[in-house]
Amino acid sequence: METFVPPVPSRINYINAQYGLKSWLLTKDHKRIALLYLGSISFFFFIGGLYAMAIRLELLTPQADLLQSATYNKVFTQHGIIMVFFFLIPSIPATLGNFLVPMMIGAKDLAFPRINLLSWYIYLLGGIVTIYALLAGGVDTGWTFYTPFSTTFSNSYVVATGLGIFINGFSSILTGLNFIVTIHTMRAPGMTWFRLPLFIWAHYATSLIMILGTPVIAITILLLAFERVAHIGIFDPAVGGDPVLFQHLFWFYSHPAVYIMVLPGMGIISELIANFSRKNIFGYSFVAFSSLAIAVFGFLVWGHHLFVASQSVYAGMIFSFLSFAVAIPSAIKVFNWTATLYKGSISYDTPMLYALGFIGLFTIGGMTGLFLAALAVDVHVSDTYFVVAHFHYIMVGGTLLAYLGGLHYWWPKITGRMYPEGWGKFSALVVFIGFNLTFLPQFLLGYMGMPRRYHVYPAEFQVLHVLSTAGASILGVGLLIPLVYLMWSMRYGRIAPGNPWNLPGLEWRTQSPPPTENFDYTPVVTWEAYEFAPPEETEVVGKFQDKVPEKA
Amino acid sequence: MQSSWVPFVPPSASTLSGKVDALYFYLSGVTIFFTLLISGVLIFFVIKYRRRNPYEIPRPVAGSLKLETLWSVIPFIIAMTMFAWGAQIFFEQSRPPSNAVEVYVVGKQWMWKIQHTTGQREINELHVPVGRKIKLVMGTEDVIHDFFIPAFRIKADVVPGRYTTLWFEATKAGRYHLFCAEYCGMNHSGMIGSVVVMEPKDFDEWLSGSSSQQSPAIAGQQIYETLGCASCHGPTGEGGRGPALAGVFGRQVFLNNGQNIKADEAYIRESVVNPQAKLVAGFGPIMPTFQGQVSEEQLMQILAFIKSLQNQTPEPVRAASPMPAPSGMPSVAPSVAPPPAATPGTDR
Repeated sequence: METFVPPVPSRINYINAQYGLKSWLLTKDHKRIALLYLGSISFFFFIGGLYAMAIRLELLTPQADLLQSATYNKVFTQHGIIMVFFFLIPSIPATLGNFLVPMMIGAKDLAFPRINLLSWYIYLLGGIVTIYALLAGGVDTGWTFYTPFSTTFSNSYVVATGLGIFINGFSSILTGLNFIVTIHTMRAPGMTWFRLPLFIWAHYATSLIMILGTPVIAITILLLAFERVAHIGIFDPAVGGDPVLFQHLFWFYSHPAVYIMVLPGMGIISELIANFSRKNIFGYSFVAFSSLAIAVFGFLVWGHHLFVASQSVYAGMIFSFLSFAVAIPSAIKVFNWTATLYKGSISYDTPMLYALGFIGLFTIGGMTGLFLAALAVDVHVSDTYFVVAHFHYIMVGGTLLAYLGGLHYWWPKITGRMYPEGWGKFSALVVFIGFNLTFLPQFLLGYMGMPRRYHVYPAEFQVLHVLSTAGASILGVGLLIPLVYLMWSMRYGRIAPGNPWNLPGLEWRTQSPPPTENFDYTPVVTWEAYEFAPPEETEVVGKFQDKVPEKA
Repeated sequence: MQSSWVPFVPPSASTLSGKVDALYFYLSGVTIFFTLLISGVLIFFVIKYRRRNPYEIPRPVAGSLKLETLWSVIPFIIAMTMFAWGAQIFFEQSRPPSNAVEVYVVGKQWMWKIQHTTGQREINELHVPVGRKIKLVMGTEDVIHDFFIPAFRIKADVVPGRYTTLWFEATKAGRYHLFCAEYCGMNHSGMIGSVVVMEPKDFDEWLSGSSSQQSPAIAGQQIYETLGCASCHGPTGEGGRGPALAGVFGRQVFLNNGQNIKADEAYIRESVVNPQAKLVAGFGPIMPTFQGQVSEEQLMQILAFIKSLQNQTPEPVRAASPMPAPSGMPSVAPSVAPPPAATPGTDR
């Protein structure tokens, strides 16, 4: 076994290297920018969470009591917009990705530090414009902005909100661009493509979607705004336009956007599963290439959102087929993660609990996606709570759990302090239970026919709604606990060593928190990813095994 | 509401619903199996291979191409069974049978307006008989809505500028939910109603109970005359300066750009609101647009009138046909039209 002794810790790190507001607001350090993002997305997550609680409380009873129609429509719209565009999409890439992509490949920073800072300011500007729209009166179109409701009928702040999302998109594009160039050009000597941690592969795939997909939503929102303001007739059939065209354009980005949310999460899970079982990941190249396959095939399945939207029967069949096909790379990941645990040395630290929870919930989220890809079942469940439950399993059960797992895992590296382990495990359990109680009943509601975006509903759906609201309350508590103890630990947590988990990754071979340049000297990589023991010791297990890969 | 013997499954009241449920149960079974399999293996490994001392380093395990192939191919095959099954039911459900009785549906914020071929109008209620195939021809006056009957497992958007269709055959009398499933603005969750499935005898009684209303075909004929369509297309659709309309529905039409098109609901609608889009061969672009002059409901009534001309002598639609004798007039009489409405009554 190699011993992982971090370099002698110097007391100067990226946090105390400079003081003052200006040193943060004008920083070009990717680690500080990651913290700026962490603060801002946490703020938006909190707002989005408040909307979620309002929704769940209103749905406790079949009548409209807490919120009336107009308010409820704004609340669910704004919940979706804030959570999707201002939390989920930037969540992992802009915080953990920003912090760790350079560190994990042995670089001093991202390729374009100024562009990185610019991306945060763009995000902030987009966020401010959107918050202005919400304060001025809000928006009630649903986060999907379907025409002609959004262009002609809605009396809310559609253009202002759209502008906020439009601006925000550029921060996403710049982040993606920065990651791609960094991963191509700034890997440390010896860090070959197949020695990259899978977190990097996942971010590479995510970045491809960001730079290829985001321009499409930008154009779509622009067309929407022109149509609303100047009535140019792109989406209005009375002047030769087509309202369904909007749905095609919208989902051409917004379906791949789901992979922007979940691929980085998968990257984190690969890290956690390998590192907390002290094993090389099973089928490294399959896990790596499945990320790229998801990124590519993810662009070909948008039409499965239009099975009941007067799309042709044959188009429906093709999109159904492709949607089933895109499930396979995800299945490969799940099987490889499970196989990685085989004969591992598995610890039960908080990040690992989140990772195990992720695999369970992502399996359910993925498998219920097959219901929606199956045409005849989708006709029945589309636009019902089944869809709501499915995408929350992917976005909350998947992305949010991975994000929390990653945040705990790298917390000692980011802050130089340990989080309280007991509270960590407890809240992971509460989140898991609360999440399932919230969203499992919604699958049943959906098949029973409960349409989404209804706040008044037939009484027979109430029992399941009450269960869901109870679960949401537990989930809310489970998310508040880490908020409290993580902030507490920044000041009072136990001082973290450079390598608290005893791991071989590059980010653990420097002090915690890292110095501004990340490493005291440029690392030279002579080991494979997740190499806990020398490759000569590789075990061949079971009748299925191929010959042992020969390593140089 | 009726309840089904399986919990958390809505009442099953159409010929389709059992088929969709069967696929749903298959998908649920596979999902539960794999979820239990993966979590079971996960929990087993996590317990069996728990870290026993802080310094232990397990031996690395080599990957396996055979295993990777196995767990790519098996899920793919399972996925393809789901795809084929789902597509097969969907395909069947997407093609309305030709002998289905038509019902016209117009969505508007926030109600469903429904008219039967015999003239009965309903709002937020749809009465249908057990055992007859019903085809809904649907449009919208404003935004996109979605006609959703959970008990029948069917749903379709209604889209501005288009007609969409749904068909079903109810199997069990009762009152079922009707929801708008596409978010349509302020009172979206109030855009609900009921589908009342009746025994055919009761349904026929219900139909005759409110016979004072005009059938859509007759109403369509009146609109046709008021708007002056008759001056070019002939009082009975026999044609003139404009192409003949009698018998045109469902037939191939030759266009002046050399193409062929089937004269379906969408084509006839387009020819009223945007006549220059697809001109019939041999005719000039002389027809004005009626966009904004006719409501969606009136468009459907015109459509019903044109369909009712089916039993006239079919004329070639390539060019204007000579006027038939004036005695041809009574053949549009209400007793004859519309033919689809006449058929179901004879079934039972």
